[in-house]
Amino acid sequence: MVAVDSQGPQDSAVRMFRRERSIPLRGSAAALCNNLSVLQLPSRNLTHFGVVHGPSAQLVSAAPEGVPLAQRQLHAKEGAGVSPPLITQVHWCVLPFRVLLVLTSHRGIQMYESDGSVMVYWHALDSGDASPGTWSGRILVFDIPAKGPNIVLSEELAGHQTPVTDIATEPAQGQDCVADMVTADDSGLLCVWRSGPEFKLLTRIPGFGVPCPSVQLWHGTVAAGYGDGQVRLYEAGTGTLHVQISAHARAICALDLAPEVGKLLSAAEDTFVHIWKLSRSPESGYTEVEHCHGECVPDTQVCGARFCDPSGSSFAVTGYDLAEILRFSSV
Amino acid sequence: MSVRTLPLLFLNLGGEMLYILDQRLRAQNIPGDKARKVLHDIISTMFNRKFMEELFKPQELYSKKALRTVYDRLAHASIMRLNQASMDKLYDLMTMAFKHQVLLCPRPKDVLLVTFNHLDAIKGFIQDSPAILHQVEEIFRQLTEVKCFFLLCLWQTYGGLSAGEFQLIRQTLLTFFQDLHIRVSLFLKDKVQNSNGRFVLPVSGPVPWGTEVPGLIRMFDSKGKEVKKVEFKHGGNYVTAPKEGSFELYGDRVLKLGTNMYSMNRPVETHMSGASKNLAPRTQENIAPNPLAKEELNFLARLMGGMEIKKPSGPEPGFRLNLFTTDEEEEQAALTRPEELSYEVINIQATQDQQRNEELARIMGELEVTDQPRQSASKGDDLLAMMDGL
Repeated sequence: MVAVDSQGPQDSAVRMFRRERSIPLRGSAAALCNNLSVLQLPSRNLTHFGVVHGPSAQLVSAAPEGVPLAQRQLHAKEGAGVSPPLITQVHWCVLPFRVLLVLTSHRGIQMYESDGSVMVYWHALDSGDASPGTWSGRILVFDIPAKGPNIVLSEELAGHQTPVTDIATEPAQGQDCVADMVTADDSGLLCVWRSGPEFKLLTRIPGFGVPCPSVQLWHGTVAAGYGDGQVRLYEAGTGTLHVQISAHARAICALDLAPEVGKLLSAAEDTFVHIWKLSRSPESGYTEVEHCHGECVPDTQVCGARFCDPSGSSFAVTGYDLAEILRFSSV
Repeated sequence: MSVRTLPLLFLNLGGEMLYILDQRLRAQNIPGDKARKVLHDIISTMFNRKFMEELFKPQELYSKKALRTVYDRLAHASIMRLNQASMDKLYDLMTMAFKHQVLLCPRPKDVLLVTFNHLDAIKGFIQDSPAILHQVEEIFRQLTEVKCFFLLCLWQTYGGLSAGEFQLIRQTLLTFFQDLHIRVSLFLKDKVQNSNGRFVLPVSGPVPWGTEVPGLIRMFDSKGKEVKKVEFKHGGNYVTAPKEGSFELYGDRVLKLGTNMYSMNRPVETHMSGASKNLAPRTQENIAPNPLAKEELNFLARLMGGMEIKKPSGPEPGFRLNLFTTDEEEEQAALTRPEELSYEVINIQATQDQQRNEELARIMGELEVTDQPRQSASKGDDLLAMMDGL
């Protein structure tokens, strides 16, 4: 295990990470991007993990030390076709009044209560004019009530021509930040939106020939990870590029944020996970980035990575073909 | 998942199969002309026009089991026979080799370079044979057509794909190979594979073409002017890529993945890591009664219907190739093959589609060794000219 720390003034408490007990999975993780979702429940001393295996997704809940407590498998809804449908993503959506678990496949979108026990909504994706295996790039906006299954498709946003890879949101920050959603696609294009009764497209940030599999939004700054290993930070409102990091030697597969402390995590197929500190320079007001920590997961094509606590002092990693969730926490 | 993956999967696995057969034919001292005939017959079957047409149709990938049936037929396209245990081993080696190549491709698009490496080598299997040259008697128009057809298929399918679409193809291939951890002696020896069956992913060497060496943070003002540059320690040991591999008909591919790693002195062996818990999750796919059988049978019938198996008109004696060092080893391997790794022959009796059943049975029946001479298709003779343009 290679752990690399950069020089510079940092809080020494987060300089070193050690490997913690892994959480075993019933099935190995699939070679998808963003293939780990984490729901932190500090009040209940629990963390939920979600990983896509293929035709099934696995949910595991664990105690703080990583002891697995419960697990559940979910499947994509069957339909016509050669083989069982493959799940493309599993993700917890934390809304003001409830948490929903969302499962997507080529057939459609399934929404569950947060523990995966009850499916509350199913939205079928029609193949329509798209030939099998391609996606139209549409973004579907659903109205979610505080309770119950009365979920309604309220809007379809057009902004992308190629399949959408990731969506990031943050609560509206007040007058300073008008942007609260960013979407990314296979061509590397980013669309920045403002939510409301109708969503408004604010900015388009063009790609440069590689996909953008993962995107995050923090205090009006868009953080995007690309297929050529770059991490770029843009000002959400204007699309101005502020930081460019040659972060990885292979395609980035996941980004995550610890918003309270401005920590960004990047993971890529090059087996590395890096942690960065975002800040705004008090003199210039420009976004700045510092490298905090690098971790090598030997011989593992990482496919998902998430912080496990709001302070960014622990994170979890999944890898293609790996039937466990690796955990790291700072010493 | 991508519907453009099958041709790449098929061609590269086919290429690996030829490397392995070539090595075993020499190791078993099969006479040169017989060995060449086997390889030529297989190659001509692979590049048959009707077969290519089916192959290049946009379609989802079928299971490892279904695909193995196609290679079984391909391996028996000539006078050579393989026992089940040897065929199993051959398929294991082919799949692990290509899995390794896909995993280690620097860019998703580089899987095309791997494909070209296989195609370049296939050309080499034919060209060094003086025997086949004088057999070429074909209508020139047909020759050109077949040659152009294959290349057209390749370029039409992959020529205009974006990086995102190649990434999807890569993910589709990796899904096909998920949970396969058979240990291969050659890989273990070369330190390309760990003893737990997982491939070594190096963190040194050239970065992919188009990627920068990691280690730099650049910060800009709102006018786009660089205001700060900071280096950080990435942890790997990377260098700039020297040049890009060629995607042309001829050219330096730069990438070594997909070239022939077998030779006389490096025999092919596999270990069955059946005890490995990593294999457990896929067990259900292999032994559950297969409700997908009908779809897969349709696919197989269409694909194999396009395969014209050439049988010699003369009394050409066949022979049995053994992928193991001795017959006893082969028998032992058959007995001890772990359950979860067994590729059961798809049970065509299980389907209810009588018509499809009969059609497939007819095609499958043609697999059997008979003494009846089939009409010797001269399609195999256009092989050299067809590959000439490659």
